[in-house]
Amino acid sequence: MKKTFASGNMAIAEGALTAGLKFYAGYPITPSSEIMEYLAEKLPEYGGVLIQMEDEIASINAVIGASWAGAKAMTATSGPGFSLMAEAIGLATITETPLVVVNVMRAGPSTGVPTKTSQSDVLQARWMSHGDYIVPIYSPWSVQEAYDLTIKAFNTAELLRTPVVVLSDAVIAHLWEPLTLMERGEVEVISRKTPGDPTGEPYPPYKPDPDLVPPMPLFGRGFKVLVESLIHDERGFYSPRDDGYRSLVKRISLKVLKRLDYVYEQDARFTEDADVLLVSYGSTARSTYLATIELRKQGVKAGFLRLKTLWPLDDDRIRKTSNARKIIVVENNIGKIYLDIDRIFKDREVYPSPVLSLELPTPRDVLEAVEPWL
Amino acid sequence: MAVTRQIHPLDKHLRLERIPTLYCPGCGLGIALGALLRALDKRISEGAINPDKVLWVGGIGCSSRMVFYVNYDAAHVIHGRAIPFALGAVLANPDLLAIVTGGDGDIAGIGGNHLIHAARRNIDMIVLMFTNFVYAMTGGQVAPTTPRGVSTTTTPRGNPEYPVNAVKLVGSLNANYVARASVTTPHYIEQFFYKALGMRGFRFIEVVSTCPEIYGRHIGLRDPVEMYSELRKRIKYKHKPSLEEAEIDWERGIVIGEFVERSNPSLIEILKGVRS
Ligand SMILES: Cc1ncc(C[n+]2csc(CCOP(=O)(O)OP(=O)(O)O)c2C)c(N)n1
Ligand code: SF4
Ligand SMILES: [Mg+2]
Repeated sequence: MKKTFASGNMAIAEGALTAGLKFYAGYPITPSSEIMEYLAEKLPEYGGVLIQMEDEIASINAVIGASWAGAKAMTATSGPGFSLMAEAIGLATITETPLVVVNVMRAGPSTGVPTKTSQSDVLQARWMSHGDYIVPIYSPWSVQEAYDLTIKAFNTAELLRTPVVVLSDAVIAHLWEPLTLMERGEVEVISRKTPGDPTGEPYPPYKPDPDLVPPMPLFGRGFKVLVESLIHDERGFYSPRDDGYRSLVKRISLKVLKRLDYVYEQDARFTEDADVLLVSYGSTARSTYLATIELRKQGVKAGFLRLKTLWPLDDDRIRKTSNARKIIVVENNIGKIYLDIDRIFKDREVYPSPVLSLELPTPRDVLEAVEPWL
Repeated sequence: MAVTRQIHPLDKHLRLERIPTLYCPGCGLGIALGALLRALDKRISEGAINPDKVLWVGGIGCSSRMVFYVNYDAAHVIHGRAIPFALGAVLANPDLLAIVTGGDGDIAGIGGNHLIHAARRNIDMIVLMFTNFVYAMTGGQVAPTTPRGVSTTTTPRGNPEYPVNAVKLVGSLNANYVARASVTTPHYIEQFFYKALGMRGFRFIEVVSTCPEIYGRHIGLRDPVEMYSELRKRIKYKHKPSLEEAEIDWERGIVIGEFVERSNPSLIEILKGVRS
């Protein structure tokens, strides 16, 4: 264990190194560039390779290739670059390729405000690529959590053979806070399961174990693996029939849902006696938390729920968090996770409190946004 | 009745469960694949290449599909992105020998930017681009290689644009090997690929191919044999031609040969510190 002082971007880079990162490809973009710059210094010392590619499309495709060659691999970007990665995220889901994509959110649409914060990509991150799949998403609210959840993102990717997104934002990126770094052995680090040595018989790279996750045969070991972007059977052969299509598409979603207990994390406070529950996530949750405390001082029985995992959500667990009559969702966008919370608490009063602020919303901003619903 | 199957000497290089290919009768791609596998077979039997380390990567298109017929590690990825996928794989495991196959649309159109930067980096891989002058798999739209004036499904009044000369483009960068062959000269495909397999750095071979099914329709050469002989008439082999000589023009002729041979340090050699 080592105590240090770091920014959120540095914490993400350090988290990746602790998790065993060996390949990074990226393209510069504010406010994520420091992740690549920091790793450019450090990754070679850890026996890894970093390359600045010609664009974000190349970056994510290189990351997929590196993962199949056996490296724990990641890229980091912000809105415009994240949008360019959409098609390849789909490739990673259908080929069941473990990797981590960090999106340090900035205000959009389009070029937007490159240096300023936002939480507007929360639904994009879920469904950015066409087709049916589930991509787990983590959202840190502090420098320490940027580190912890990056490790968790790698572990989830490796455990479930899936791409995973870390949604940070411009506030977390450039926030400096104390950070405790873990040594190898002090923190759980999961690596993908691989098959034993090749037997000479063709090896089916998509044949699942009972946990629905297939062991991953890597390039260069004699497996003659076929990485296939078309809908495929267990061998990786194109299979355009309903039975094969259904079983593949269902399995790549179910394997994630089966481990919802592992994937889904939340942080609930003051929920026992709460009449009003404030739901928030990421940097905005910092101010929502302070607003909750302020409301309690004023005599309002306010509770606080922070989503650390933004997808998939554990509806049951969220519902059981609190008996509050009113639920208010505070987020820095036009009201997006509100749609889920409204669905999950369909028997209660659920209100959106979008703040839309280029800076971190202050506790005062949050109180003003929440006030009309109290 | 007993069923006997003839064993072809290249069978061991193919995923036989997937043969026959989906290629149209008379398509040039099968000729090219045969020539490529003969060269690879030779290198492997000479002990120069460990087949377990060979990785074929293809984007999307008729030409890219070659990768799922060969009995090696292979990746059939997304349109235009085979080069960066292969780059990630070889940087993560430098023992891999990456062979990228793709159409003229996949490699020089949607993937053109990756082609430029891979050549500039001299990254260790072989890129085989099959020029059939058209987007074949999607049914005959104009490609970046389509000659001016040719009517395609998206240029019904004739192609108003000038085509790209990929050999000149890649040759102007830092590639270690740039060659062009034709399916009408399979011995040169074999010879050039054999040479490339023994080199380091970025190696680019353009293979001019026949697509009687789609392109043949556009230029009135629907018959495979006729199209093949018309292409053969236009092919001019030159010994070590210069890049200026790299003409690819249906009227004036198509020059094939080895245009560039360099031994510049490859990206992997530089990263490993073996060369600088
Ligand atoms: C992003 C994307 N855009 C479009 C397509 C549709 N598409 C499939 S193959 C192809 C063109 C293939 O042409 P080429 O690369 O020349 O290969 P050929 O079939 O001629 O060998 C296109 C446009 C796609 N698969 N992905
Ligand atoms: S469409 Fe053309 S390139 Fe594709 S398989 Fe048929 S002949 Fe070959
Ligand atoms: Mg083509």
